[in-house]
Amino acid sequence: MPLSLPHLLRMFLLAVCCALGSAHAAPSAETLARLTDDDSDTRIAAIAELGAEGSAQSVALLDALADEALALTGAGRLVILTDTGALDAATGEAIEPYPDDADPLMINNRVRNALQSAKAATNIRASDRGTRLAAAQLLRDSASELLMPILEPALAAEQDKEIRSILALAVARVNLASAEPAKRILAAQRLGDSSDASVKAMLATLLDKDAKGQFIEPDTEVRAAAKASVQAIERRLAMADLASTAFTGLSLGSILLLAALGLAITYGVMGVINMAHGELLMVGAYATYVVQGLFRTHLPEYIDSYVIAAVPVAFLTAAAVGMLMERTVIRWLYGRPLETLLATWGLSLVLIQSARVIFGPQNVEVANPAWMSGGFSTYADIVLPWNRVVIIGFAIFVLLLVWLMMQKTRLGMFVRAVTQNRAMAGCVGVPTARIDTLAFGIGAGIAGLGGCALSQVANVGPAMGQGYIVDSFMVVVLGGVGQLAGAVTAAMGLGLMTKILEGWAGAVVAKILVLVFIIIFIQKRPQGLFALKGRFVED
Amino acid sequence: MRTPLSVRLFQSLPRTGWLALAIFAAVAWIAIPAAHLLLPESSPFHVSAYTVTLLGKILCYAVVAVAMDLIWGYAGILSLGHGVFFALGGYAFGMYLMRQIGTDGSYGVALPDFMVFLDWKELPWFWIGSDSFLWALIMVVAVPGLLAFVFGWFAFRSRIKGVYFSIITQALTYATMLLFFRNETGFGGNNGFTDFKRILGYDITSPQMRLVLFGLSAALLMAVLILGRYLVTSKFGRVLAAIRDAESRVRFIGYQPTQYKLAIWTLSAVLCALAGALYVPQVGIINPSEMSPANSIEIAVWVAVGGRGTLIGGVIGAFIVNLAKSFFTVSFPDYWLFFLGFLFIGVTLFLPNGVVGLWRKLRGRRPAAPETETPAPAATTQGAKA
Repeated sequence: MPLSLPHLLRMFLLAVCCALGSAHAAPSAETLARLTDDDSDTRIAAIAELGAEGSAQSVALLDALADEALALTGAGRLVILTDTGALDAATGEAIEPYPDDADPLMINNRVRNALQSAKAATNIRASDRGTRLAAAQLLRDSASELLMPILEPALAAEQDKEIRSILALAVARVNLASAEPAKRILAAQRLGDSSDASVKAMLATLLDKDAKGQFIEPDTEVRAAAKASVQAIERRLAMADLASTAFTGLSLGSILLLAALGLAITYGVMGVINMAHGELLMVGAYATYVVQGLFRTHLPEYIDSYVIAAVPVAFLTAAAVGMLMERTVIRWLYGRPLETLLATWGLSLVLIQSARVIFGPQNVEVANPAWMSGGFSTYADIVLPWNRVVIIGFAIFVLLLVWLMMQKTRLGMFVRAVTQNRAMAGCVGVPTARIDTLAFGIGAGIAGLGGCALSQVANVGPAMGQGYIVDSFMVVVLGGVGQLAGAVTAAMGLGLMTKILEGWAGAVVAKILVLVFIIIFIQKRPQGLFALKGRFVED
Repeated sequence: MRTPLSVRLFQSLPRTGWLALAIFAAVAWIAIPAAHLLLPESSPFHVSAYTVTLLGKILCYAVVAVAMDLIWGYAGILSLGHGVFFALGGYAFGMYLMRQIGTDGSYGVALPDFMVFLDWKELPWFWIGSDSFLWALIMVVAVPGLLAFVFGWFAFRSRIKGVYFSIITQALTYATMLLFFRNETGFGGNNGFTDFKRILGYDITSPQMRLVLFGLSAALLMAVLILGRYLVTSKFGRVLAAIRDAESRVRFIGYQPTQYKLAIWTLSAVLCALAGALYVPQVGIINPSEMSPANSIEIAVWVAVGGRGTLIGGVIGAFIVNLAKSFFTVSFPDYWLFFLGFLFIGVTLFLPNGVVGLWRKLRGRRPAAPETETPAPAATTQGAKA
């Protein structure tokens, strides 16, 4: 019979203890006799008694039974078989000579489950918090009334808040099957504090009817208490669901916004169809990756702040790439949007392939700094990851930056002037060509900031930008060209809508539905949510 | 007094045009089949199976390029989603090919393999009739045609044009691609259809079938060129060109641009679908990546390279780009995207009228056809005015 090493060690220690004569309270002979009974229920009851008693000898017995090392000799004596010999089950004393006719006791799955919860009951008093927590969780799902003598004192003695609440659930769960209606009512009320779907399902069974149309639970008050608790849990689950959908929606919306803000300037304000916009995101993400690498090799003690340093680097790198693009290609194509579209698509292919050649075709690893990993839990077990929270904050920061720059600086004023009336702006002395380059560079730099943020939540690879280009255009087009407020509303709306639909229909269908919605929306309002007031001549 | 249609069709091409078509037909229908079947493989003039398939594939692409030129070069509608019609045509015919496999699949049952894999017990409703060749042909035309009609009706009715239209078509093909990537959609998920065995009971891998498909592709291309030339020289074509150059003015004169655009848009989609249906049996596979936005935008580059508003330019562009692609992906796989990227940039910056425009310039000839009198760049709407 295979025995695990720690098990053997425990056996050995036990034998030593017993040999020294420091015997614990031993399980009664009657309990031992019932362990060998043919009826599973009788055996389970005996196992629970052993678990409730919890002495070292009982634990050894439970372990032996679980390993099928507990055997019955021909003479009807219960022994624990080890590799080195045999021990008496009641006292733990070694038996000489080795009983050759010992026949191990077989156990079925029901007995095995009972063994597990009995074992957990003995662990619930352990000093190690992890052991207690694991035991409490096991008991929450499997405790039986037989273990009550150990559960209630354990609950009273438990100091840890989390374990206490789990144990309270376990007790309530056992009491729910109690014979006394008062206990059942109390238990049903207590279970209402849970936000666990399985508890809800358990309570709901109390409200079911059997085949004859009779309620399974005879007492009306218990049923009323159970019903109230079920509703409370449902409310809490629904709230939690709503809150987490809203959060993931906002998170996705802020990512979309970061991806689209740069485009809101290059396309929305300047009217340049930049299909390489996604690749500017990629440039920003790779810049972050390079900064991370530099910090790892040169400043390992400040590695946690590499993201802060990466923000300006990503902005400047992407802005430089963008200005180069504008100077060499895009400026020759102003006023020819379809040609711009094709040429910038070509630029995007070149940028993707360059990334592949420089950094390799695989995704590169950009790690979250320590202060951005993990999360904090809020109401009803929702965990908000830090990196998502930081990105929402970063999106607000970038938005503010763009707004300030466009509305409050001289450059922003020039950009607006050139886009409103290029000829007149030129006449009053605005250097229109240089403004074009700078504005495009700023739009590209903001895309780089978006890429820096994306590197913290998404994969960084040569083709990463391709996935955002359609989304970014949707945000800008939906929001209305040239409108920051429109871009914000559209990004948040699309983010929330995607996440709500995802919960309802799955990720792919949600994406398709959103695209279909946008297509229909643009049919109705080609100028977007926030159209500029005024009249424009076409053709 | 109306001239009969046959005469008008005949008159739409100049004599040199008919001569070129006749030479092309002789090469595609006689020379290449003979060189493939009759000459031994050792002969330097032998045309290998690989070459026949490659050329057949490019002929299908050329049809798509001409269809694209019809809407982009003549009506000013740049579609970045034409791949969706091409792929839908391919899928419609692919359904028939899947049913022709019969019980020869890996599981030996009448259901296509991927359905057995999904544990489906019977064909979904939209597969009904797919074992009939005639039904497959109807679906090849009807499904993409209907999609194009509905989509175009909504888009043109609300006067969406220019870049907006391009981006919506890109979203359309992207959404359809996502839909087809799902296994539950019932078209084989990301593996698509493959492992075809027969068409109309004949072995699909036999040299004769290969040449038949090749010949059909050549015939389709010639038919599309004649039809296209007829359309653009007709009154309909002139209205289209007018819409391209000044849509509002056309509307003020009293035409309804929506109907004209919708007609040419739907026709273009159906031509793409026919090309797709011929493409699938030749390459032996169809999967959702055909609908990726990148593939659709590449179609636009074929036309741009060849020269917009020339029809023949699409054919030339499709051949140049795809032969270059075959060359690069075999010899220098790392540089293909660089080449394609710089081709996009170079053509838009330096060759606004494509190879055909360059040829005409070198010959020192003003473009003869009325539709090319306006340089193509002016054809597009002003975008930077928001």
